[in-house]
Amino acid sequence: MFAYALMRLIYVVPVALGVSLVCFLLVHLAPGDPLIAVLPPDASAQLEAEMRTLYGFDRALPVQFGLWLWRVLHGDLGTSIATGRAVSEEVWRAVGNTVMLAMLAAVIGFVIGVLCGFLAGYFRDRWVDRVVTTIAITGVSMPHYWLGMVLVIVFSVLLGWLPAVGAGPAGWAWNWEHVKHLILPAVTMSVIPMGIIARTIRALVGDLLSQEFVLALRAKGISEARVFLHVAKNAAPTAIAVMGLQLGYLLGGSILIETVFSWPGAGFLLNSAIFQRDLPLLQGTILVLALFFVFLNLVVDVLQATIDPRIKRR
Amino acid sequence: MFAVEPLAPAADVGGPGQPLLQVRGLSKQFPVRGGLRTRAGVVRAVDDVSFTVNKREVLGVVGESGCGKSTMARLVIGLIAPDKGDIVFDGEAVGDVLSLRDLRRRVQMVFQDSYASLNPRLTIEDTISFGPRVHDLAPNQARARAHDLLRKVGLDPALFAARYPHELSGGQRQRINIARALALSPRLVLLDEAVSALDKSVEAQVLNLLLELKEDLGLTYMFISHDLNVVRFMSDRVMVMYLGEIVEEAAAEVLWADARHPYTRALLAAMPSLDPDRRTETAPVAGDPPNPIDPPAGCRFHTRCPFAEAVCSTTKPVLMPTGNDRHAAACHIGDPASGHSSAGRRFTE
Amino acid sequence: MVEIAIDLVRISHAEKSRGYWMTVARRLTRDPVIVACASIILLIASAAILAPWLGLADPYQGSMIRRLRPIGTAGYPLGTDELGRDMLTRLIHAGRLSLFIGLFPVALAFVIGTTLGVIAGYVGGLLNQAIMRTIDIFYAFPSVLLAVAISGVLGAGILNSLLSLTIVFIPPIVRVAESVTTGVRNLDFVDAARASGAGAMTIMRVHVLGNVLGPIFVYATSLISVCMILGAGLSFLGLGTKPPEPEWGFMLNTLRTAIYVNPWVAALPGVMIFIVSICFNLLSDGMRSAMDVRG
Repeated sequence: MFAYALMRLIYVVPVALGVSLVCFLLVHLAPGDPLIAVLPPDASAQLEAEMRTLYGFDRALPVQFGLWLWRVLHGDLGTSIATGRAVSEEVWRAVGNTVMLAMLAAVIGFVIGVLCGFLAGYFRDRWVDRVVTTIAITGVSMPHYWLGMVLVIVFSVLLGWLPAVGAGPAGWAWNWEHVKHLILPAVTMSVIPMGIIARTIRALVGDLLSQEFVLALRAKGISEARVFLHVAKNAAPTAIAVMGLQLGYLLGGSILIETVFSWPGAGFLLNSAIFQRDLPLLQGTILVLALFFVFLNLVVDVLQATIDPRIKRR
Repeated sequence: MFAVEPLAPAADVGGPGQPLLQVRGLSKQFPVRGGLRTRAGVVRAVDDVSFTVNKREVLGVVGESGCGKSTMARLVIGLIAPDKGDIVFDGEAVGDVLSLRDLRRRVQMVFQDSYASLNPRLTIEDTISFGPRVHDLAPNQARARAHDLLRKVGLDPALFAARYPHELSGGQRQRINIARALALSPRLVLLDEAVSALDKSVEAQVLNLLLELKEDLGLTYMFISHDLNVVRFMSDRVMVMYLGEIVEEAAAEVLWADARHPYTRALLAAMPSLDPDRRTETAPVAGDPPNPIDPPAGCRFHTRCPFAEAVCSTTKPVLMPTGNDRHAAACHIGDPASGHSSAGRRFTE
Repeated sequence: MVEIAIDLVRISHAEKSRGYWMTVARRLTRDPVIVACASIILLIASAAILAPWLGLADPYQGSMIRRLRPIGTAGYPLGTDELGRDMLTRLIHAGRLSLFIGLFPVALAFVIGTTLGVIAGYVGGLLNQAIMRTIDIFYAFPSVLLAVAISGVLGAGILNSLLSLTIVFIPPIVRVAESVTTGVRNLDFVDAARASGAGAMTIMRVHVLGNVLGPIFVYATSLISVCMILGAGLSFLGLGTKPPEPEWGFMLNTLRTAIYVNPWVAALPGVMIFIVSICFNLLSDGMRSAMDVRG
């Protein structure tokens, strides 16, 4: 297992490198001179010349990449054009907010999803199953940003129970003032993972229950509760893998929900970076989010391998 | 035979004395992946194998699973590239005088799994006419040829040409496999466990068909199987393989009467019989089949051989004639100079 | 001549051979859910395509007086938007762009992805590694992030949206295509085709493609609903359509501020996305089940 973890870790390096390369190239994808995109609009000719050498825009592309990578590895993601602050600073702050939101959404989605999945799997083809399957498909097919809007309509506009936007007063604290801003976005975000996890668990549990080893267990007179434990143990690796994947998507795809709720997370930051054409900030945010995702997948893979002894190496 | 023959079989270049197929020193090994994507070792699937196949004969190839028979067949037909060794077809060297494409017109193969060897999305006539089409036969001519071949293997084209593989039985599919193999008018046909998956009655029909076609079309066969009875029925000569090497070869009847290699004797003794007077008391072969990644030193069979001695684990026996022409065995007992205590003596029993 | 097997008698009484696809089609048309979803999509699609000729109000004609009228207003059955334009006509016209943005990238990704995946799967070796590792890198991005990143960098606009969405959907299709192709490639009939002397391109075309297109196609259809949502999402962020073109996602964006005044009208475009998306999802699921049983 250790060997697998090590191998997996080694494999991450080229992927991370490739991801960084794509992020780097993104800026050069943008129409126009990339240097103009990086400079504040009122830069002097001297500043322009300095920046050109500093960023190496007068050098060959691979060299530029090398310089950029070097800076990134030292934590320097550039300076935001809009705010003038270091990108890394902005991004870390925002990512913290996103992580909080994503974790809560993941927990809600996972718990309810697993519950529904188990119910549906145990009562295959009965009404419980049909209800759960319908909810799951609905959840997966729904544009979650629209759901957010609908929830805002119901709970903010019509009922006035929860706030529609923002994260509350400056500085986070775990009191109702702040937490109430967390509820609607988290619930909205949890819907898609909930649907996917419910579907996966349902299929898995249904499969497992129909397998012969369960029949054998029951024939041995083992209590239903212990059968359940067996099923749960077998379903766990896949469940964790799916949840890990969903968590990754939550982190990476948070932009839409955060836009709806004006939640000051990395997605929201990305949004403003796009509209302010703040390319260093854009690049830095994408890089951080993408690398988070890669790292998360690594953790999930290793975790899955730990729990499931049958995992074969590729 | 056929009225118009645009796909005539390749001409007989070497004459009746020339063996149809000569294989010399053929070797192929496959790397085995270890944990961290490093090579843990190699499987010597085929190890320095040499033999000949004469025109119009049936050469049977027997051995357990994993002995390399199928790999060897694929090497002969050019589906896998050998690491070492030469193949000479009717006096012409493959890769030299004969291109791979030329080889296709001379050697064809009938596969074992009759279902997986037919494309489920193509009709029977499309499957059979694919080969001729590749060799530039016009579509309607290829179709006509496919229909002819179906008749030749005992299937009515009107009923079978437009069908799909899943609609047919195992026996019918194997006939179609044979028809497809014949579509390019080969002179040598490799039958890789071609009847192993069939019911016994169907098997008999297909074997008879094969013998008829052989006479009709002047074919030569290499018949690979693990079923000794079938091999005995079909073959003129038989070759026994073990862990990638040839351990014995002889005419079929000679092999059955007077096998000179302990492995062959064990295989023959292991054949169950319905005769209550011929019960098998002890297992003919002891021990587990060795790991193909790490074959035993010296004679590869020595770990399971009841006659093994010290010399067997140090020196590798060479395939050598046993005095009887064309009967060769790779065993120290057959070699008077080997140092084995029973060297030079025949097996009694 | 060898005697023909007894079961031939049985065959001669059997019906004409049925193709695999006919069985699938038959199974599909028998399922009420599938039929319902297909009908809904067809209805919306035809309404969208025929929109200019349906005698609806002008989707670009607004009126500052009649802004944000509720559903059921006389003359405006679904109310008006924030610029006083009739919602019903806007929604139907928007279908054109929205459906196109939902379908085209998947179709294009299907073509490109299948080609790359089949080649990678069949040829194997170094080419396979090169293609698949590159794909892995793009796969390492969450789809929303990648789409937003590419669109964000290229700028707003339909063409850029289409491009970024296509790029997002190529990797998963390549993966599925390569995996299925590798499975098929190891089957004996591919070896038999190689033994006939056929070249790689011929074998891929005649033997491999027919056997892999089915599963890849079904997988691709499952991506349509995601593409619809993502495409509308891009417009929702302002990265897709530009005003005054109607498009469901974009309409959601512009109507967002209206939720305090007229929440139900503001939610309407999302309803359309939802309905179309769920229909495509159910269709794709149904197709997978229909194709599952060995034909």
